[in-house]
Amino acid sequence: MEVTKWGAKELSDRIKARELSASEAVEAQLAQIERKETRYHCYTRVLAEEARERAKEVQRRMDAGELADSPLAGVPVAIKDNICTKGIPTTCSSRMLKNFVPPYDAAVIERLQAAGAVLIGKLNMDEFAMGSTTETSWFGPTKNPWDVTRVPGGSSGGAAAAVAAQEAFLALGSDTGGSIRQPSSFCGVTGIKPTYGTVSRYGLIAYASSLDQIGPIARSAEDCAAALDVISGTDLRDSTCIPKESYGYSKALTGEIKGMRIGIPSGYFGDGLDPEVERGIRKAADVLASLGAVVEEFELKAVDYAIPAYYVIASAEASSNLSRYDGVKYGYRTPKYEDLQEVYLKTRSEGFGGEVKRRMMIGAFVLSSGYYDAYYNKALKVKALIKQGFDEAFQKYDCILGPTAPTTAVKLGESLSDPLKMYLGDIYTVSVNLAGLPGISVPCGLDSRGLPIGMQLIGRAFGEKEILRAAHAYEQTGEYLFAPCTE
Amino acid sequence: MIISEDTIEYVAALAKLKLEEDQKDKAIEDLNRILAYIDTMNELDTDGIEPMSHAFEVKNVFREDVVTNEEETEALLANAPVKKDGCFVVPKTVET
Repeated sequence: MEVTKWGAKELSDRIKARELSASEAVEAQLAQIERKETRYHCYTRVLAEEARERAKEVQRRMDAGELADSPLAGVPVAIKDNICTKGIPTTCSSRMLKNFVPPYDAAVIERLQAAGAVLIGKLNMDEFAMGSTTETSWFGPTKNPWDVTRVPGGSSGGAAAAVAAQEAFLALGSDTGGSIRQPSSFCGVTGIKPTYGTVSRYGLIAYASSLDQIGPIARSAEDCAAALDVISGTDLRDSTCIPKESYGYSKALTGEIKGMRIGIPSGYFGDGLDPEVERGIRKAADVLASLGAVVEEFELKAVDYAIPAYYVIASAEASSNLSRYDGVKYGYRTPKYEDLQEVYLKTRSEGFGGEVKRRMMIGAFVLSSGYYDAYYNKALKVKALIKQGFDEAFQKYDCILGPTAPTTAVKLGESLSDPLKMYLGDIYTVSVNLAGLPGISVPCGLDSRGLPIGMQLIGRAFGEKEILRAAHAYEQTGEYLFAPCTE
Repeated sequence: MIISEDTIEYVAALAKLKLEEDQKDKAIEDLNRILAYIDTMNELDTDGIEPMSHAFEVKNVFREDVVTNEEETEALLANAPVKKDGCFVVPKTVET
């Protein structure tokens, strides 16, 4: 049995049908991690003993007739290491939080555990989710399972790589400017960033609070929908949650997209887009059209300015959010100091890596007296225009289609020396966060080097069901392509 | 060049960071390149546009002001780098 190749929901169904036990599923997953992990380095910590214990408990609940309706009962799930897990170190892949053990679980962890999922490990990421390659991790980079000389994308690179390498059935990541969708694209898996306010951020270590959102990465839209069914919902501990009438995403996967109106921003096919990625997206558009969708190009306003606006807003919020790391209450403290100022300065200078420092300094600059209006306020106005552009587009279309990233996975080491170049890779994803919208990245073939191409479907606010339906219908037209790592 | 040596020192101080001499030049160069790119925002006419903090209309969410958690001093102090008698310890900050 190639257990680790199954989908999350399929695994749960087979456990319910008593083809295998929750413990056997965990053992299969741990064995695969054992085989692959030294090569890909997806995890910051594997929770072998905890998972074995939890699997027994979940099996007992299932034997007692519980969890019959849970799509994730018995499924091992991996968690990005910026989501708090009680009693289990949560590091943000930073020296600053290397020894931080949260005294509480994030809301999504509570929900997963109530649904009978089994936490299998914590996943590597760019430090504090700042980066697009997972190379800024204090623990070293994760490798792309399609080509170990290339990055998995980021910041949820460990999550996407683990799902691609069958080191996880399903993972939770976070997405502030593309951190779920871009690594999903680079690793040939499916990942969705829900609408801002859909999933509680209680227990998600903050990067840019007006943009951060938790979402699933899996090998199908069906598994993403199943995970969203479990983790979505309001929570009094996150006041930005927006209550909705229905969270039933799986029910939306009818396979039927006849008459769905899909717009492609013509500006997306401009400079900087790899021609092979463009071909992949156009082919996917033809497939969606052949399924009965009405696909046409249109002009999307203001999106060209999304990257500058994003880096102003995200950095500003980061500089504020990360001021809490002062070496007093938790996390790293410098070993040698004379006074409190020195505790702050040395702790932060030694505890944070280069990219985090860079963004905190950009943030401090754009918020500083004399520059606030020219940068921060200007960015908030650009954001308003971007939102307006999307609002107009969604009067005509149900979904917006385009590439997730302008290229397929880049070589390790290429981005670290040139931060601006790395930022430009976020061109298709950041506008979605600024406007608060849902976006899903779906694999749509390989380039001539055999690397996965990802398409992004953007939905209207709370339009997860439409983009999941379209992604699912598209996925039904072909087989899932596994990374060539089953040697 | 909007970031000079003085500005980088000011910005680092605001972010409570200490840059070594060799990091300073690289930081000045990086930030100037990034800010030059960020300045392309100015091509977009935003006259009369209100700055938008929240993408959706948000309202304050209220709850009763009651304690719902248990006594957690020990759990919360468990992560403190230095602690004593149920308190966080920092270097002396007032003159006696």
